[in-house]
Amino acid sequence: MIRGKSSRVGRFAVIGVPYLWLIVFFLLPFLVILKISLSEMEGVAFGNLLTWKEGVMQLTLKFSNYLYIVQDDLYFKTYLSSLRYAAVTTVICLAIGYPFAYFMARAEKRFQPVLLMLVMLPFWTSFLLRVYAWKGLLSEHGWVYEIIVFLRLDHVLAAGGLIAAPGQLMNTSFSLSVGMVYTYLPFMILPLYANLSKMDLRLLEAAADLGANPWVAFWTVTVPLSKAGIIAGSMLVFIPCIGEYVIPELLGGPETLMIGRVMWDEFFSNNDWPVASTVAVVMVLLIIVPIAIFNKYEAEAQEGSR
Amino acid sequence: MMMTRLVSRSWLTAGFVFLYLPIVALVLYSFNDSPIPNVWRSVTFNWYVRLASDDDLLGALRLSLKIAFFSATAAVLLGTMAAFSLVKYKRFFGRTMFSGMVNAPLVMPDVIVGISLLLMLVAVERALGFPDRGAFTIWLAHALAGMAYATVVIQSRLLDLNPQLEEAAMDLGARPWEVFYLVTLPMISQSLLSAWLLTFTISLDDVVLSSFLNAPGSTTMPVVIFSRARLGLNPSVNAVATIIVLVVSIGVILASLMIVRNERKRARDMAEAARN
Repeated sequence: MIRGKSSRVGRFAVIGVPYLWLIVFFLLPFLVILKISLSEMEGVAFGNLLTWKEGVMQLTLKFSNYLYIVQDDLYFKTYLSSLRYAAVTTVICLAIGYPFAYFMARAEKRFQPVLLMLVMLPFWTSFLLRVYAWKGLLSEHGWVYEIIVFLRLDHVLAAGGLIAAPGQLMNTSFSLSVGMVYTYLPFMILPLYANLSKMDLRLLEAAADLGANPWVAFWTVTVPLSKAGIIAGSMLVFIPCIGEYVIPELLGGPETLMIGRVMWDEFFSNNDWPVASTVAVVMVLLIIVPIAIFNKYEAEAQEGSR
Repeated sequence: MMMTRLVSRSWLTAGFVFLYLPIVALVLYSFNDSPIPNVWRSVTFNWYVRLASDDDLLGALRLSLKIAFFSATAAVLLGTMAAFSLVKYKRFFGRTMFSGMVNAPLVMPDVIVGISLLLMLVAVERALGFPDRGAFTIWLAHALAGMAYATVVIQSRLLDLNPQLEEAAMDLGARPWEVFYLVTLPMISQSLLSAWLLTFTISLDDVVLSSFLNAPGSTTMPVVIFSRARLGLNPSVNAVATIIVLVVSIGVILASLMIVRNERKRARDMAEAARN
């Protein structure tokens, strides 16, 4: 009897402590910014939503911040541009990362731990410093700069509108995209590799026996079976990219529109907490559906691996 | 077949060149003795010598290491409990929401976590008089962000475990906490170590959360590096980077050697036990 009771207490504590922690420090803060986004600056502070007036509690919701964001063209353009950068980054990461993960998973078994280790190692070295390194590589006299200019690829990039003029690679859409793809590529490769390396290769043999050539087998067997990996990897790239601040700040141009940056300026330069909160709340609304998809697949992957 | 192998080899090679090129460049240019940071002239150790008297950076480094140590520890403790809850208890009130809250910080942009946590803490401070912004609030943010990563690492290890081992211990009369301490814990210790190292490096690398939650006196190293890096190329940043790369590589190599050795030992013990 005592044992049953103590194990119930144990269970309660094991679930309760992290649960409470997440509610207080993860969930509650969202409610706070939601509240602040519905208030207005009054002098140096912002107004309260709940006020007592003649003994009656009054709830004042000010949607002025949301109106402001909707009416100001800048915010709409910035959200759109952030979504575009995130989508482009995701597609490029998938295009590079899928074959990469595929070849890794089909490499000789004894090499695979080493390859995996090599993909994960950059994770451990500072992300900030690796992004900073691209500043050097893409500036004049930098290694990558020299190669691109030598191959005259800068003319192609300029024609495509990714850089303003040939010979100017830094602080452009191009340098920003390179930095984002570089940073998030391992996040695409790892879930794809985890998925592809678990695939039952006999299915491919079966497809071959039934007359499918390798190319057909790849598209009709391998790709559909790796759907969970593709979705997990894409979400791991797409969602954080939308709010990215450090990469646009180091590699993007002054006119690069990213929502994380706009929110940062609203908060630190303009000190306008309600507008900054509103920008953040709208950002959360944009990513809530992708996050739900990610969570669903993440939970399925964990539960299904038994 | 030859063709496929050629494509496979070159794709992997190109990918790894892409991943490692910036790191190689960082290290190489930290030894560059030139007024123009990007033009190679000759080898010097000057940047490292200057680093030794760079009080801004060294002070920030000390604070960063302290915060990283404590936030990694907290993240692993919380992550272990969260992973344990999700793996062992298939049904409890609000489990879906719990697992959602555990996974969401993995993808949630830092700027959102930073601003919302800060504004909540400001509201608490106004009401109760604490906490002041500083090392404590940065620790809180890093523990929160690290917990998600720690949970994923530990959870996947727990799922790999053979539940029969724990059931056997239970049948032999061990109490639940004894089962955890004597059976589960030794088996997941490697994942605890890698989770700790991962959250340690995440904390040591964070710019955004620290910028929101710091106070004028408490600047962490990445914030100092970031403020220099955004002004342009700076060889002192390269020198710091080289030291970090060196320390991390040695640490990761040592840790993986240890893991391989433990794994072998376990395999030997298992074989031994099976023979008896």
